[in-house]
Amino acid sequence: MVRPATVAPLRRHRTRLAWAALAPALAAVAAVAGWPLLRTLSLAFTDARLATIETARWVGLENFAWTLSDPDWWRAVFNTLVFAVCSVSLELVLGLAFALLLNAGLRGQGALRAVALVPWAVPTVVAAQVWRWMYHDVHGVVNELLLGLGVIAQPVAWLADPALSLAAVILTDVWKATPFVTLLLLAGLQTIPAPVIAAARLDGAGPLDLLIRIILPLLRPAIVVAVLFRALDALRVFDLIYVMTSNSRATATVSIYTRQALIDFQDLGAGSAAAVLTFALIGMVAVAAVFALRPATGVAR
Amino acid sequence: MRRRRLARIGLYLGAGAFLAFTLFPVYWAAVSSLESGAALFTIDYWPRDPAWENYSDVFADQPFGRNIANSVIVATLTVGLSLALAAGAGFALGRVSFRGRRLMLAVVLATTMFPQVAVLAGMFELIRGLGLYNNLAGLALSYLLFTLPFTVWVVTTFMRQVPAEIEAAALIDGAPPWRVVWSILLPLVRPGLVTAGLLAFIGAWNEFLFALTFTLTDAARTVPVAIALISGASQYELPWGRIMAASVIVTLPIVALAAVFQRRIATGLAAGAIKG
Repeated sequence: MVRPATVAPLRRHRTRLAWAALAPALAAVAAVAGWPLLRTLSLAFTDARLATIETARWVGLENFAWTLSDPDWWRAVFNTLVFAVCSVSLELVLGLAFALLLNAGLRGQGALRAVALVPWAVPTVVAAQVWRWMYHDVHGVVNELLLGLGVIAQPVAWLADPALSLAAVILTDVWKATPFVTLLLLAGLQTIPAPVIAAARLDGAGPLDLLIRIILPLLRPAIVVAVLFRALDALRVFDLIYVMTSNSRATATVSIYTRQALIDFQDLGAGSAAAVLTFALIGMVAVAAVFALRPATGVAR
Repeated sequence: MRRRRLARIGLYLGAGAFLAFTLFPVYWAAVSSLESGAALFTIDYWPRDPAWENYSDVFADQPFGRNIANSVIVATLTVGLSLALAAGAGFALGRVSFRGRRLMLAVVLATTMFPQVAVLAGMFELIRGLGLYNNLAGLALSYLLFTLPFTVWVVTTFMRQVPAEIEAAALIDGAPPWRVVWSILLPLVRPGLVTAGLLAFIGAWNEFLFALTFTLTDAARTVPVAIALISGASQYELPWGRIMAASVIVTLPIVALAAVFQRRIATGLAAGAIKG
């Protein structure tokens, strides 16, 4: 037993040790997240260009006013929200179906789970190039399959047609991210005790009752987390759209818009204003989701 | 009885649909990578006469070997840096209860939601200021933005699960604290370090936006940028066979890693997300 008199200095020593061990990681977070974010915020109020950061002048809210009056910005906001809502809801529905399937006690389940990791592991740029090739208007396999099935009468230019390109990109994201949602929901399903399901069956619950009344409520924490993670990723999507459709207005998201202003137009002021607005948009969604999540799991422990 | 058999058949059909949806694009990339010339432009579901020249062309027409080496270096640096920082932070946040612990954990985890473009301007300036533009070390540094939150989280979670008695026994034996961390705690949380390291490696290997923005020449380009920028004789004639070959080359090691460590990755993702 340690005598009480020695406990206090020991604890103080340990606290100092903890801060010393934590300091390098905190310094790194400050350097790669805190500082760049603050710089972006302050550049947003200046007329800085990429070549003239040092001589930038304060211009107040001009960059924000300019961005908020740019129809391309609002188009990007609209595209981002459509992309996020459609891809995340499709991924949730498909992911739930696949997770129930992988939890049903089929033979070869381990192999199926390994397969589920494949699209998740494929680099996004690669997924974008592969789907771009499959969507090719003349030689693409998607057109070939759909023509063969009689769904379309003539080849479609999936990525060039502004009416279709956003949907085509969303489908690619669904392919890439559904496995992630599947694995999260599968982990959630496996925490539901078998006796709960068995008891509900004994009480005469049909499959649909079981899903809606028992499984979905118990799965809620996993669903909320999957939606939160996916929504954060979908709202900042860049790689997929940049590679598949370049800077086309029909699919440009807020990330595409921001990088174009910053790097292609070298307009650090306006680009930073767009970056700040992007951050605010994503921050609002994240805070809303964390509040929705809190009663279910208790995040801060 | 019959209904059950029907349900069973339905399940296997569902599994088949799942397999087709998940694997077809990968299969199609592999088939296309083995076709060249006119064969590429006719739809064959099996390469009738496999041509391997796309694979050699990828290395001959551009410095793809250099790009692969760059990706390996950046990913390795990122993993090393992230794990070194996360080991200390994980010890502090997982083993010691001090005032401000929850706040610090929240600060680290909050960076998960930082969109990369939101810090792009400031990061560009930082990297240029440090003289790390077009430099692999600069890329690895910037990647800490997205690797640190989850590596710290995974290591902290594993640190918490080590029974207090083990650490107390070593301390009572008179071992200095750094030795307790180094030779008792770190070996015990090795599964956590491996999981976190794998996820960090995959994240760094696949990253595109920073690599596109902070590198300029082929000498510093990583694989995703190289694949995105492969171009052919004209804007309208992309060398699809070569692009697919390059895609297969960079995807194979990652898929192999994911397959070997699938249980770890799946639990890592679930632990990171379910408890996060």
